[in-house]
Amino acid sequence: MSETVGIEYTKVAEIKGPLMVIDDITKASFDELVEIESADGERRLGKVLEVGFGKAVVQVFEGTTGLAISGTKAKFLGKTMTMPVSQELLGRVFDGLGRPNDSLPEPVADRFIDVNGEPMNPERREYPTSFIQTGVSVIDGMLTLVRGQKLPIFSGSGMPHNILAAQIARQATVVGTKEDFAVVFAAIGVQYSEAQYFKRSLEESGALRRSVLFLNLADDPAIERIITPRVALTVAEYLAFDLGMHVLAILTDMTNYAEALREISAAREEVPGRKGYPGYLYTDLANNYERAGRIKGKNGSVTQVPILSMPADDITHPIPDLTGYITEGQIVLGRDLFRKGIYPSVNVLMSLSRLMKDGVGEGKTRADHMEVGNQLYDAYSRAQEVRALAEIVGKAGLTGVDLKYLEAGDLFESHFLKQNHDENRTLEETMSRAWDVLSSLPEGELTKIKEKNVRQYYKGKP
Amino acid sequence: MVARGSIVWVSGPAVKADGMSTTKMYETVEVGESKLIGEVIRLTGDVGFVQVYESTSGLKPGEPVVGTGQPLSVLLGPGVIGKIYDGIQRPLVEMAQKTGDFIGRGIATTPVDMKKKYKFVPQAKKGDTVQPGSILGTVQETPLLTHSILVPPNHRGGTIRDMASEGDYDVNQVIANTERSGYKTELSMYHRWPVRKPRPYAERYDPSVPLITGQRIIDTYFPIAKGGTGAIPGGFGTGKTVTLHQIAKWADSKVVVYIGCGERGNEMTEVLVEFPHLIDPRSGRPLMERTVLVANTSNMPVAAREASIYTGVTIAEYYRDMGFDVVLVADSTSRWAEALREMSGRLEEMPAEEGYPSYLASRLAEFYERAGRVRALGSPERAGSVTIVGAVSPSGADFTEPVTTHTIRFIKTFWALDTRLAYSRHYPSINWMQSYSGYLEDVSKWWKQNVSADWYELRAQSYEILQREDTLKEIVRLLGPEALPDEEKLILELARMIKIGILQQNSFDNVDTYCSPEKQLKLVRLMIKFYKESQKALREGIPLADIRAMPIITTLLKAKFEIPDDQVSKLDDLDNRLSEEFRGISREEAKVVV
Repeated sequence: MSETVGIEYTKVAEIKGPLMVIDDITKASFDELVEIESADGERRLGKVLEVGFGKAVVQVFEGTTGLAISGTKAKFLGKTMTMPVSQELLGRVFDGLGRPNDSLPEPVADRFIDVNGEPMNPERREYPTSFIQTGVSVIDGMLTLVRGQKLPIFSGSGMPHNILAAQIARQATVVGTKEDFAVVFAAIGVQYSEAQYFKRSLEESGALRRSVLFLNLADDPAIERIITPRVALTVAEYLAFDLGMHVLAILTDMTNYAEALREISAAREEVPGRKGYPGYLYTDLANNYERAGRIKGKNGSVTQVPILSMPADDITHPIPDLTGYITEGQIVLGRDLFRKGIYPSVNVLMSLSRLMKDGVGEGKTRADHMEVGNQLYDAYSRAQEVRALAEIVGKAGLTGVDLKYLEAGDLFESHFLKQNHDENRTLEETMSRAWDVLSSLPEGELTKIKEKNVRQYYKGKP
Repeated sequence: MVARGSIVWVSGPAVKADGMSTTKMYETVEVGESKLIGEVIRLTGDVGFVQVYESTSGLKPGEPVVGTGQPLSVLLGPGVIGKIYDGIQRPLVEMAQKTGDFIGRGIATTPVDMKKKYKFVPQAKKGDTVQPGSILGTVQETPLLTHSILVPPNHRGGTIRDMASEGDYDVNQVIANTERSGYKTELSMYHRWPVRKPRPYAERYDPSVPLITGQRIIDTYFPIAKGGTGAIPGGFGTGKTVTLHQIAKWADSKVVVYIGCGERGNEMTEVLVEFPHLIDPRSGRPLMERTVLVANTSNMPVAAREASIYTGVTIAEYYRDMGFDVVLVADSTSRWAEALREMSGRLEEMPAEEGYPSYLASRLAEFYERAGRVRALGSPERAGSVTIVGAVSPSGADFTEPVTTHTIRFIKTFWALDTRLAYSRHYPSINWMQSYSGYLEDVSKWWKQNVSADWYELRAQSYEILQREDTLKEIVRLLGPEALPDEEKLILELARMIKIGILQQNSFDNVDTYCSPEKQLKLVRLMIKFYKESQKALREGIPLADIRAMPIITTLLKAKFEIPDDQVSKLDDLDNRLSEEFRGISREEAKVVV
């Protein structure tokens, strides 16, 4: 992305944190891309955060370490940051700013797209309704993913979110179609091993040739992370809406992204919102998450699975909290289940898929799908209550029905929730297992299921 | 004289320009070469501070800023219903025709089709004296809605010198000439109104008629009155949006204004997809024919999000002035407050709690005060109402945060959404112990007259069971349910039945999504009857286990979705079956004793 045009300035007034203040500016615009050259000729990229007569505040993506007041040159490139896109991007690996990272030449660009994207006109959106089978029972049965949805995984340190995300990436299909998902993977400040696991997993399943990877690892510049999801989603949108592909975009870990944002906000001395995060964190996250969906009259779709780790497993922390307000549900991993050795350790009660209702049911999956999902939630929630009660009063203090719920809760975890990393269950199998769990309850307890469905599928004694 | 200044500083949606000494506060300005729309929010010397309603990417110092002389206004006239607008009333469909699937910048559009002809039927005639707000005539805006053409409230009134005859006119054409002490004015079918200024009315009435939403926990337990205010705070996933959608779908109002303020794009799409197909149960017409959408999704420019609330409420007031009941739902007022916070931060104002500006509370109060049931200005005499329901998205589901605490001060109905209820899939997850309605006494008269005389009593009896369960739960948590006497175990059982059979309501089930007031009452009555019969049975020595095993229970719990509204008489059959089953168990008991 080296450019030769642009106006060069040399009067650096201040360098603080990731920011550089440049004086004597005569022509610069808001959001403009800046190329910074240090005294020893090293080049970095930045963008204009604030501009007035004679002064501009520039955010340097690769950090300001090693830059000096004298000798540093800043070239204003007269354009906003763009990403070159073409079909050749598939199968390639880039760094966090979208530069090739696999020692292959730069792909020939079909066109250049502004990485910030533009808001999709809500009127032009096509409402997501196609069921994606992930082969993971708990997702397909209770937290159905739909093409064009944004469904994050809320995880905690050490929990297997990357294994689950990779399993989804490998197994996701829309039943009855031959189209495979293209995968856009953005690693945002994650460890080398995590990124490597994902890459290997795509390689082994043969999905790498329809994948594009963007890697900003834990030891890469932090401020670069502001750009990583943006370049990744720009490519995702291009593949989906220009090339008509169905794209699964996995962004991990959005917590690192939000922290980079906080760092810049602090350097700009802005009034903070909660926990030092800037007041515009919601809007900024939304600018990334909302880049998912479908467009009327176009073939492709962007389905987003952002991953974030909840600091101290706290779901009320601003990052998961604001994310949950934007995304269409959340898959929450639970520490208790993880300790019990259950994979995937999805805490279903805290999890939700808002678009499930639109992706399931007669003609799409099965008429009883939604009802069964709801009844499972209800049953598991009752089971959890009874478990807590049994801790105190012992099993002897429980009623007969309560005991049935205890049994159903255990069966839910061992028979329905738990599965292997490479186990790809069909929807029929998932539903059958769900009815196994529900059939351990008396028929009268199934208050969320219509009579006719109970008659057809209930396996217990009437 | 309009101001012609130039940009001196740009930071996100905030722009400073000099040469602005002749501009007025809250005047609309055109910013930059591409004529982005902005509004002046502070003046210092000849420097104006402008919030820009479009993305400022690429804007440079030195570019022009030109005043328009007008405050931010909306266009009010036929053609507004059924539209989807952005936060400053630009029609999204027309914008898509100009800039495609993604929203571009600096696009000039008109909010309604200025060329479309409507059949105008005059109501006033030459020689009549009209006041501000009087009805000049009507047009059929949609099959559902007869739109009254009003003399603008800021017009001085006068004598009609010329009146258009019945016929087809577009909104631009002059339909009346008025004169007052020598001043002549031409009136067409539309006028503009500044969004930040409440539209005047003649008199305010007390809200006394309930807004029927078809949602059992709302209508029966925590009702809202037409012209009232309500807030629905809740953490993410608790169902704020679904509840608001339900109100927008089923409320018995004439017009619905839905403001999607800083929320998901797909949610607006969902309304756009569903509403044209959903049929209003009262009129039999598609819901879109009574709905206006104002959509400023979370990724659209933040300043326009601030404006969207005012745009929406001004449109609502306009239809109120025609004598209609209007419901305005705003999802979510927290995002609006955040937009305020962001602009305040860029203005470098001294922050109050959590960085929000100190005027947050007064802005919220101003907004909710625009609700009300009023007598409209002018003649003929007519009453209309604006009901405001705002969602609040408290950070971390913590109701002590500033937006929630300030909102509570200005509303009368409070539907508290509960994360724990949502986790156990109890929807709508409105917590019945935390919520309240200040309209309960006001609307009970309506229920008594229109539904049944025992409404208030039945509601109170069933609510008491829930209250008693709440205290008993504490004991159960410590000692287990078996520690309670049968009488109290029965309370627990009844509370469970009321929760499942009445409070929980499935918005996505064709039958359960709307529950008529009659059906609501019958369901409550059945529960109370079951309770009384059970108490009697217990006294007769019948074991609680026998009562719990009665097959009628499951039937009662499923009645909400198995029995549709047009077959409510089946609930009377259930009533009979209930009596029979109780007779049955007491007979069996008698046999055992013998």
